[in-house]
Amino acid sequence: MSSTEPFIHLDGLEKTFTVRRRAGLIRREKREVRAVDGISFGVERGEMVGYIGPNGAGKSTTIKMLTGILTPSGGRLRVAGIDPSRERTRLARRIGVVFGQRTTLWWDLPLKDSYRLMHRMYRIPDARYRENLDRYVNLLDLGDLLDVPVRQLSLGQRMRGDIAAALLHDPEVLYLDEPTIGLDVVSKAKVREFLKDLNGERGTTVLLTTHDLTDIEQLCSRVMVIDHGRLMYDGELAGLHGVGESERLLVVDLERELPPIEVPGARFVRAEGPRQWLAFPAADSAAPLVAAVAAAHPLVDLSVREPDIEAVIAKMYGGTREERRESLR
Amino acid sequence: MAETTTTTPVAGDDPPRPDGPSRTDDSRTDGSRTGDSPAYGVLGDSLRTYRMVAAMWIRSTMAYRVSFALTLFNSFCVTFFDFVVILLMFGQVKGLGGFSFAEVAFLYGTAGTAFGIADLTMGSLQRMGRRVRDGSLDTFLMRPAPLLAQVAADKFALRRFGRVVQALLVLVWSLFLLDVDWTPVKAVLLPVTVVCGAVIFGAVMVTGASALFWLQDAAEVTNAFTYGGNTLLQYPPTIFAQELVRGVVYVVPLAFVSWLPALYVLGRPAPAGVPDWAAFASPLVALVCCGVAGLAWRAGIRSYRSTGS
Repeated sequence: MSSTEPFIHLDGLEKTFTVRRRAGLIRREKREVRAVDGISFGVERGEMVGYIGPNGAGKSTTIKMLTGILTPSGGRLRVAGIDPSRERTRLARRIGVVFGQRTTLWWDLPLKDSYRLMHRMYRIPDARYRENLDRYVNLLDLGDLLDVPVRQLSLGQRMRGDIAAALLHDPEVLYLDEPTIGLDVVSKAKVREFLKDLNGERGTTVLLTTHDLTDIEQLCSRVMVIDHGRLMYDGELAGLHGVGESERLLVVDLERELPPIEVPGARFVRAEGPRQWLAFPAADSAAPLVAAVAAAHPLVDLSVREPDIEAVIAKMYGGTREERRESLR
Repeated sequence: MAETTTTTPVAGDDPPRPDGPSRTDDSRTDGSRTGDSPAYGVLGDSLRTYRMVAAMWIRSTMAYRVSFALTLFNSFCVTFFDFVVILLMFGQVKGLGGFSFAEVAFLYGTAGTAFGIADLTMGSLQRMGRRVRDGSLDTFLMRPAPLLAQVAADKFALRRFGRVVQALLVLVWSLFLLDVDWTPVKAVLLPVTVVCGAVIFGAVMVTGASALFWLQDAAEVTNAFTYGGNTLLQYPPTIFAQELVRGVVYVVPLAFVSWLPALYVLGRPAPAGVPDWAAFASPLVALVCCGVAGLAWRAGIRSYRSTGS
């Protein structure tokens, strides 16, 4: 590996899919879709980078090329000096992957059987394996789950199990694809804390795709935004135009239908029967706002919705994705 | 003080935890050198992976011994009834296409054993289509082990062993009934045939599974060749149309699984004008089939598209 090349290096990376669509009874139309359209960036060892973009922007396709699952249609790609699609199995020993929507564990087997198999498949030295297993079982609270078949685990439990599995062989890079999707607030916080420590203590390079802006805020000093297969932004999160203005939503369920709530620091968005939506700046704490609302109104329930990446990116370019698409035509 | 200076350079069994981004390249290359030794090669790696994954599935099946015994017995019975059909038929007729009961049982036994071994070891490939469709193949591709071995060993079902046992019993039985002039050549040819037959069936299964990378719902087409081929080979070639026989000689070379060598053992001429030496061509055919299957598989992986998300 040359010392000048970044640890992960993409140069004009492309991936096109041919989509066949039925047009009439027998005739089929061929159409080329550029999922990744000339992306270039470098990630140094030990960096923790957020890779974000709306659905279908090409995030997962990029990650899959980085792991060697998909073969690029064009451009150059190196991870730790290795061409992933050519030397997929060699690279596999040095990377860890967590897909939020899909488990890498053996579905029908107890968690510990999966780990045992990983131990042998990755040829992890025994002492190293035991040390890592103890460590991650401890940190991720997996002790009681080791004998449970993976299919019986809850989403949060499974995610923790998956993260441990991805780290048993001490990967130098960890790709995380939506690691907090579908998790409750407590589980999300646990996962984030763990990742932060991992990066700090072991210097693991982390590439993270997510829809949750809080993931990025708490974990990544650098963020890359991708849309329509192109890199739109690469830099600090603070530099992302629109992040500062993003808003969180407070959803309030009242005892009965009431006129719009007016409290300082929040803006009434809409009401639906006894439920009302209030928007407030994402940077502000929700606590005083909740207190103010509760003091003056008969509350039944409330929840806070975090701003998602989609909204931020939509703001970034002005207008929604659909509007932009319209303007492209 | 003195202690720390002496312990650091020693590469003990418990390597020092790499701290911070300064993790050394040395330890890494060392690790991959021991683990990735090129002496293993893809074949060795595949066998190792297969053994590992299959062993784990067997262990997990054995956790429920009674259930396993029942499914094994079930698998044995299902294939046994298959043979009962032949038994019943010979209750009514003296011969089938000029073949005696013992000869048909011999054909049944050789083809069935070869197919049983292939089904036992490669049968899981049938599920490939679903894996390609729902993208769960991604998981296998991320592991540092050959994909084919992982997919083939996945959910390794020892109960399929019932089929092998049943076919083997029929084969042994037929050997007692047969009136054959055994020569050393014939004695060697028989086990070689069964092994090569299993390899040919296995190669057909791999080729079929490769097609699933493009046509996710084509598993039934492969089944027509494997399960269908097995049934075809259990009967004498004389009862089938010559075109069909030629097809399984020259197109999908299933005739080499058992027909051609078995007919030689029985002292009968090869069907459909195929030269007699073809009876000994099974190993070569098996090799060619493996080559074709390997190429198809590689092409399949390279064109794998995964799924969205």
